[in-house]
Amino acid sequence: MATTAARRFGRRLVPSVSRRRFSSSAAGDALQRTQNHPSLNLCSAINQALHIALDTDPRSYVFGEDVSFGGVFRCTLGLADQFGKARVFNTPLCEQGIVGFGIGLAAMGNRAVAEIQFADYIFPAFDQIVNEAAKFRYRSGNQFNCGGLTIRAPYGAVGHGGHYHSQSPEAFFCHVPGIKVVIPRSPSQAKGLLLSCIRDPNPIVFFEPKWLYRLAVEEVPEHDYMLPLSEAEVIREGVDITLVGWGAQLSIMEEACLDAEKDGISCELIDLKTLLPWDKETVEASVRKTGRLLISHEAPVTGGFGAEISASIVERCFLRLEAPVARICGLDTPFPLVFEPFYLPTKNKILDAIKSTVNY
Amino acid sequence: MDFPGGKVAFTPEMSFISESPEERAHCYRVLDEDGQPLAHSSFIQVSKEVAVRMYTEMVTLQTMDNIFYEAQRQGRISFYVTSIGEEAINIASAAALRFDDLVFPQYREPGVLLWRGFTLQEFANQCFGNRDDYGKGRQMPIHYGSNKLNYFTVSSTIATQIPHAVGAAYSLKMDKKDACVVTYFGDGGTSEGDFHAAINFAAVREAPVIFICRNNGWAISTPTSDQFRSDGIVVRGQAYGVRSIRVDGNDALAMYSSVQAARVMAIGEQRPILIEALTYRAGHHSTSDDSTKYRPANEIEWWRTARDPVSRLRKWIESNGWWSEEAESELRSNVRKQLLHAIQVAEKVEKPPISDLFTDVYDVPPSNLREQEMVLRETIKRYPQEYPGDVPV
Repeated sequence: MATTAARRFGRRLVPSVSRRRFSSSAAGDALQRTQNHPSLNLCSAINQALHIALDTDPRSYVFGEDVSFGGVFRCTLGLADQFGKARVFNTPLCEQGIVGFGIGLAAMGNRAVAEIQFADYIFPAFDQIVNEAAKFRYRSGNQFNCGGLTIRAPYGAVGHGGHYHSQSPEAFFCHVPGIKVVIPRSPSQAKGLLLSCIRDPNPIVFFEPKWLYRLAVEEVPEHDYMLPLSEAEVIREGVDITLVGWGAQLSIMEEACLDAEKDGISCELIDLKTLLPWDKETVEASVRKTGRLLISHEAPVTGGFGAEISASIVERCFLRLEAPVARICGLDTPFPLVFEPFYLPTKNKILDAIKSTVNY
Repeated sequence: MDFPGGKVAFTPEMSFISESPEERAHCYRVLDEDGQPLAHSSFIQVSKEVAVRMYTEMVTLQTMDNIFYEAQRQGRISFYVTSIGEEAINIASAAALRFDDLVFPQYREPGVLLWRGFTLQEFANQCFGNRDDYGKGRQMPIHYGSNKLNYFTVSSTIATQIPHAVGAAYSLKMDKKDACVVTYFGDGGTSEGDFHAAINFAAVREAPVIFICRNNGWAISTPTSDQFRSDGIVVRGQAYGVRSIRVDGNDALAMYSSVQAARVMAIGEQRPILIEALTYRAGHHSTSDDSTKYRPANEIEWWRTARDPVSRLRKWIESNGWWSEEAESELRSNVRKQLLHAIQVAEKVEKPPISDLFTDVYDVPPSNLREQEMVLRETIKRYPQEYPGDVPV
């Protein structure tokens, strides 16, 4: 189910159908749909982005637990061999050290790509991210900055991850002025977004949907390209309801959109891509068109990022809304093992919500 | 084949390594309490010029602390932190470094900035958070920073700077710079996870960083007996594979020699060094603290007078014929005048403009901040009397 959806979704190669069609022409060019590109899965696309980043800037580094042999998800395969163990290296098992060290490296103008092995383990580094990285430029009056820091972490459900290999902690970070939060939905998106993150002059947390590491396969251009941050993308046009999501959840949402279409409901699907700072304009324009909004994320519903999107859109589009904003999200529990299929915001839940919102 | 970690000798005798050494690690000092060189002391010779400069800067630091502390008491600045008792650590360590060495301070090391040329006016500007504050008025007083002097901006968070120092040192190493990083922290800071994280990373990455711990006996009201049970901080060096030394932090010459030696090792051997400087926090933790509540007033007084590092160095330079009573009163009176003037000037300068509330969160303000600035400006227009008049709109 998820497999075929991801493959089918992936091979559509992300038409840049969006309100920002012209400003994203660079993005469209970047993905160069005119020629055939090799098919890559998500971890290979990320690997390629890291290769390019290390190749194009001699003062860039990739480090974290187990990155030297290739990483537990093989995203860093071959990097130490090609660029040497002084630039691609294992760190001790210490997330606060990984991020703190990365801040110091970045403060010296280097590009520091720090890997946190699972997003579930990012919390020891939370102080360094919130109190240090996010405030480094501001508190110094712009005398110093750690913009070269990018923190990568695999996030999200994987089918059997339980409490500590499945979390989606993006909401914690979206509440922190000074950092950016970016989540790609596919291999070609991941490569371009990661390169943008690495080169962006602000510290960024980049969550990679681990479920898609091997499952998502699509053509990925081999050259060096970047995709814009803080620009959402309408990946499916529709007129009856707007759906907003990110990462792996989009393929689930897309399945629901296809089913809804059979019932005559036309769904517009938006990939937010950057959660902080997020592109309110694109979502607002869509909701002005459809009058309905549904947000879906794996993270628990209470205090999840869907709440921010909902509140902002209600502020901007109150009189246009035909129905309450729907949030189809994870339950307010730790991420369970055997109960995962019940916990997750699956297609049937989304489809039900699409129908009840449209029929409100 | 050996166990991971290499060859190790086996023994049939079961014995536990003691929790404490037979004898505490020795403390290196050059001058006795009367400022006279100890016999057989090994130290790097200090010229008259350097010695006198160290002394004048220590007096300047001490005077600045007294005057700014009073300014806070008078309500002219909101907050202040003194370095009373730690002038030798501040100035002598700075004197032993080169300009290209990067400094990652905690918050009780303004003397390092002073040594490098930060002016009294610049200190005052930051304390008043005025338009000339390089930090643009965003942080509390004493949160100094200067990129031109290679002194990273102070943050109130404890020990967070230590891993930054290691990352920066790794950058120097990779760029093959003839420089090192120095980071300072107190005894309390060594209990934070960031300390352990950093010193371990430094050892593994072989980073040219000098860790200077100002063990002044107190973390606000918490004495070191409530902070750790090890023989201070110096013994932790070996636990992480880091060369270390314990030094009399109130002895300017011992500080100078040990930091200079550490610097040579850090850069020449590309390794971290740990220095534990023993001292005493003779002032309160900050202007929000009254330390007589948790320690005897006569103990504080004794350290301020009998064990004052400033007068100890004075005795040495006087015994060399490099200083006099006239020079002393002239120095103190000049510094005092300059400080009072700097405060007067800083107090009158307007604050940074309201736009500085929104800049530097990111390299460029995103749309949500542009929107918030617009809304705030409208609010200020409607209710001007609700907002401080010294922040230009």
